[in-house]
Amino acid sequence: MTPEPLLSVRDLSVRFLLPGGRRVDAVSDASFDVAPGECLALIGESGCGKSVLASALLGLLPANARTAGHAHLGDLDLLTADEPTLARTVRGRRVGLVPQSPAAHLTPVRTIRSHIEETVTRLTGVRGRSARRKAAEQASLRAEFPLDHLDRHPHELSGGLAQRAATALALIGDAPLLLADEPTTGLDRDLVDRTVDELRRHVDDGHALLMITHDLAAAERIADRVAVMYAGRIVELTDAGAFFGSPGPRHPYSRGLLEALPERSFTPVPGLPPELGSLPEGCAFAPRCDRATDICGALPFFENTVACHHPVPAPAAPHATRTPEDTRA
Amino acid sequence: MLELRAVTAGYDRRAPVVRDAHLTVAPGEAVGLLGPSGCGKSTLARVAALLHRPDAGEVVLDGTPVRGFRHRAPREQRTAIGVVFQQPRLAADPRLRLADLIAEPLRATGRRASAADRVRELAGTVGLTPDLLGRRPHEVSDGQLQRACLARALSLRPRWLVCDEMTAMLDASTTAALVRVVEDYRASTGAGLLSVGHDRTLLTRWCDRTVPWEAVAAG
Repeated sequence: MTPEPLLSVRDLSVRFLLPGGRRVDAVSDASFDVAPGECLALIGESGCGKSVLASALLGLLPANARTAGHAHLGDLDLLTADEPTLARTVRGRRVGLVPQSPAAHLTPVRTIRSHIEETVTRLTGVRGRSARRKAAEQASLRAEFPLDHLDRHPHELSGGLAQRAATALALIGDAPLLLADEPTTGLDRDLVDRTVDELRRHVDDGHALLMITHDLAAAERIADRVAVMYAGRIVELTDAGAFFGSPGPRHPYSRGLLEALPERSFTPVPGLPPELGSLPEGCAFAPRCDRATDICGALPFFENTVACHHPVPAPAAPHATRTPEDTRA
Repeated sequence: MLELRAVTAGYDRRAPVVRDAHLTVAPGEAVGLLGPSGCGKSTLARVAALLHRPDAGEVVLDGTPVRGFRHRAPREQRTAIGVVFQQPRLAADPRLRLADLIAEPLRATGRRASAADRVRELAGTVGLTPDLLGRRPHEVSDGQLQRACLARALSLRPRWLVCDEMTAMLDASTTAALVRVVEDYRASTGAGLLSVGHDRTLLTRWCDRTVPWEAVAAG
């Protein structure tokens, strides 16, 4: 049923080495696949390692980072590829990045048109001033960037428009894998829906999309599958329908995250995520978890769809917050 | 009362971003201002926070019309308002440790002696661990930095809070946690709140009343 994955990540770990022999375990043993025509949403609290994972896939980690594991894009391992390969054949061409904080991603002294035209020149065969201008305008329209704002500088754009400019740039190279790092941050709901639907259209055209987001509504709208990250580990990886609908997530952390939504109980998960520099031996969520027992002192293995010693039982969930009628169906 | 009367504001007098805006927040009231991306709501929030001089119109704070904005605002008016912005990265001096970031308003108003205690208290309120207080902005996540920015906004115990898309960068759990901090603060001090945002679900859940942008400003 699932086509051959385009991106196949196995046991990906990222460690940052800090002065004084300290070590930050930003990502630990992450494994997942993304297939063409599929969207995998990677969700989790801020600071859980989501963006580091994205940087690792693009070879954009700082010099003090050490990676382990594999991330195969076709026959290329993104983790071991050298910089010239990444720069000339991967970024923009095989992996398109929709960045986090677009205002910081764009060059402040240049207009949006200049950004887009440069990218068109670098990534496509379009040559000549008028052809380039036309291609740039088409690229803008694909991301719903208004043409009358093309001659503005990044500081003259609202957060939403800056995001659309960045999305337009990411789509120009027509890369088979799109990596969207918080693409909907700062957009209003209508715009989130439109941005997400636009990305979904590229997925339906056969792109693979890995979308990193904390916007659960956006994830629900776009994703085929959902991976929940906590303290650098993927703690749940499951079907989006089951996750957002019935029977709901099985990991207590995933359930807490959903319950924090203003349309649900609006209650935060108590406490703070652990420091990635001093993770506990066992389950990192145990100190915040109301289901934790002594065995949570040992690291839970990823079984089935969840890495938890006490997952909410599937399919009928005793703590289910969704309507019980659904679970019986 | 925090009153905005016929405020017209922008960055070019010939093309104001906000035209003829009227908005009133009563003491203890939480008002959500709901508007789409790019409508000018952040500009109006900056006017309400005395950080941007309007081209026309008036801001009246607790009955006193505001005569000066930004650094010209009188201290007792300026410190009566706490502000939290959308992007904590742009609102935090990258050179300051989080403890110093939170303490800055205290030091700037001559409360250096009591700053350390107050910072510790605020850190507990917003859920920052002592370890995080010693770090600089690039060493913490957006969520952690926004917690520090909220602590900074509360440090002078303002009677008014202006939150401009405070949670737009944050995940659901951090959003719920920070909104709870604001609401606990308001419950204990009776402070009024102007929360500007685009998330209808969030603002209606959070605020006493939510007003759409069209009802506040002329087109």
